[in-house]
Amino acid sequence: MWPIDRLRRAGGTLTDKAPAEAAPLILTGRAGSRRIVTAACEGALALGLRPGMPVTKAQAMVPDLRVEPADPEADLAGLERLALWLMQRIAPVVAVDPPDGVVIDSTGADHLHGGEAAMLETVLGRLALSGITARLALADTWGAAHALARHGPDGALTIAQPGTLREALAPLPLAALRLGPATLAGLADLGFASIGDLLAVPRAPLTRRFGPEIARRLDQALGARGEPIDPLRPADLATARRAFAEPIGAAETIARYIGKLVRDLCRQLEARGLGARRLDLICWRVDSHAQPVRIGLAAPQRDPARLTRLLCDKITTIDPGFGIEIMSLTATIAEPLAPRQATSLLEPAVPDVSGLIDVLANRVGARAVYRLAPVASEVPERSVTRVAPLSEIAEGWPDHWPRPARLLPRPERIETMALLPDHPPAWIAWRGIRHRVARADGPERIFGEWWKREAEAQAVRDYFRIEDEAGRRFWIFRQGDGEDRATGSHDWFLHGVFG
Amino acid sequence: MPASAASLAALRARIAHLEGGAQARAVLPFGIPMLDRRLPQGGLAVGCLHEVAGGGSAAVDGAAAAGFAAGIAARLPGQVLWCVTRADLFAPGLALAGLPPDRVIHVEAGDETSVLACMEEGLRHGGLAAVVAEVGRLPMTASRRLHLAAKASGTTGLVLRRWRRQADAADFGQPTAAMTRWRISELPSAPLPVPGLGRARWLVELIRARAGESVDLELEACDGTGHLGLPADVADRPAAAGGRHAYG
Repeated sequence: MWPIDRLRRAGGTLTDKAPAEAAPLILTGRAGSRRIVTAACEGALALGLRPGMPVTKAQAMVPDLRVEPADPEADLAGLERLALWLMQRIAPVVAVDPPDGVVIDSTGADHLHGGEAAMLETVLGRLALSGITARLALADTWGAAHALARHGPDGALTIAQPGTLREALAPLPLAALRLGPATLAGLADLGFASIGDLLAVPRAPLTRRFGPEIARRLDQALGARGEPIDPLRPADLATARRAFAEPIGAAETIARYIGKLVRDLCRQLEARGLGARRLDLICWRVDSHAQPVRIGLAAPQRDPARLTRLLCDKITTIDPGFGIEIMSLTATIAEPLAPRQATSLLEPAVPDVSGLIDVLANRVGARAVYRLAPVASEVPERSVTRVAPLSEIAEGWPDHWPRPARLLPRPERIETMALLPDHPPAWIAWRGIRHRVARADGPERIFGEWWKREAEAQAVRDYFRIEDEAGRRFWIFRQGDGEDRATGSHDWFLHGVFG
Repeated sequence: MPASAASLAALRARIAHLEGGAQARAVLPFGIPMLDRRLPQGGLAVGCLHEVAGGGSAAVDGAAAAGFAAGIAARLPGQVLWCVTRADLFAPGLALAGLPPDRVIHVEAGDETSVLACMEEGLRHGGLAAVVAEVGRLPMTASRRLHLAAKASGTTGLVLRRWRRQADAADFGQPTAAMTRWRISELPSAPLPVPGLGRARWLVELIRARAGESVDLELEACDGTGHLGLPADVADRPAAAGGRHAYG
């Protein structure tokens, strides 16, 4: 889908209409003397058009078809831009996997996104927002991820658990193996249909007939043979690099060289008036495997001591193997950072917590360090949002309504006995324990956000604060106004606990 | 008797010297004489580790304990770091205890070990007013590390003990290096002349205080500035001057 998506994003006129309403679109290229379809949009695919079919046949099948020439060079250039964008946001080692893929080595970067699954969700969401249809697969090897992303099970996300590659790859068609068309045709003639068929037979006869390519691709997909990713590097980033005559491996040595690289990098950043927001340290091992480490910063920084400390915290995640021969440090995202006066006589210095936030964010993930900011919503669970820890919060919540200290992740159903329509319950039973209500206050009526959601046009919640005989205070609500069934089910829920 | 007061002061100074804290520590008074009198130097020691837990069934949700900790943190100037494993704090509720959203940075760590590690980072940083961490287990070694970190930087550490099950709360008896140990339980509030709820009332138990005395008091929950209140009926009761009873 990449050529179609690229064309839609490039041409403003094409994005005017939603894809479903626009006329079906195909891209054409030449194979020898024939004009064939190279890509088709969702609408065209639904009408039965397929890549590889002659253009004349497609035009005969669908009369009002839009036909555009394919532009493979522009597709590749666009793919490189996409890969750069992913490198800045997702992981340090990213490369283009032509004609329609990008390969990402997520080692050492998933912690910034809160785990592998959360990282994939992030990538998919961001791509979808940019109008790019994508299928993602996460596997131990490039070959397996390539195969699963293109030919894997339905659904946009596939994660192959470590150690299950053989089972995951076996049902996939041979086209997933990145083999040449002649080899694929030859294998099809011999009756091989899936990767599992190839895995089941001895390799020697296959190699004698088709050459070493099949065994190489199989080994790459299964991880028996390494396949280094040559990462994309834009030319204008601040980079410090060091090659070692003798490979290094001890943690102290790595720490010492990290210090030297950071000082080099900070000098470059200072000359340009920049501060790093994201640093990538890539350690190339002697077996040409890359060990990437990525750290993020809450605010632009070029203080060598602080950056060194953050990188040294991550040394335990570097596996030096037989030794590291090259270390390179890149400021993947850098932002302007003007020199600042350190102290002022006029006002007391406000303690700078950005260093602490960086340390915590690189330890538990950037998403797990946050401030809670108000949202203009009366519905309690929607009145709070997470914002970045250094963002400014202008004002708080209105303080004339009491609010509990703890809010349950979702309201829990309780049993009650209450007079309708507007009396608090006489008792409630929550998590199997009965509380007799001694005192209560309410109701505080909260209306559904009819201006945002159609389904909440009539919804009502009546909140009560209750205190049981032991003095425990709960925040409970009734779905509905107590009279009209259209406003809610009249079930009771416990939503929060007061202190 | 000025002579005995002078010798008492000299003795106190010698004990403080033996304890290693030669300089006088800053304290944060509660503004309630009955409580402040029981604490060394008349207030909660700033730059130390303190433990707070909920009493009874509130040990699981820890709502009152969170309000108590928020009230202490609110009265210290600066940013507050709040480390949790379960993100169920309701920020508007914290704001009502005196902690507005622009003063709290939340950290949600995966397990209790990383919560304690994050707390230690926060205490060592030195630019924060207080660090609150919600954990169940607090081993002696960990609490010593935290206490030393707090002493070095002058940041107050508040460990909010919170357990998954009420039965686990027996762990609260284990020794730790904390300066004080508090248990906050809810009490029925004073009835109002009209239907409704008045200010919440807590049983504030100071179970353990280094160089201080234990006490338990019936107090009114934190107001919008983080201050506890003395209920009118307790203030008027002469026997209350000594607390209900003292033990420990």
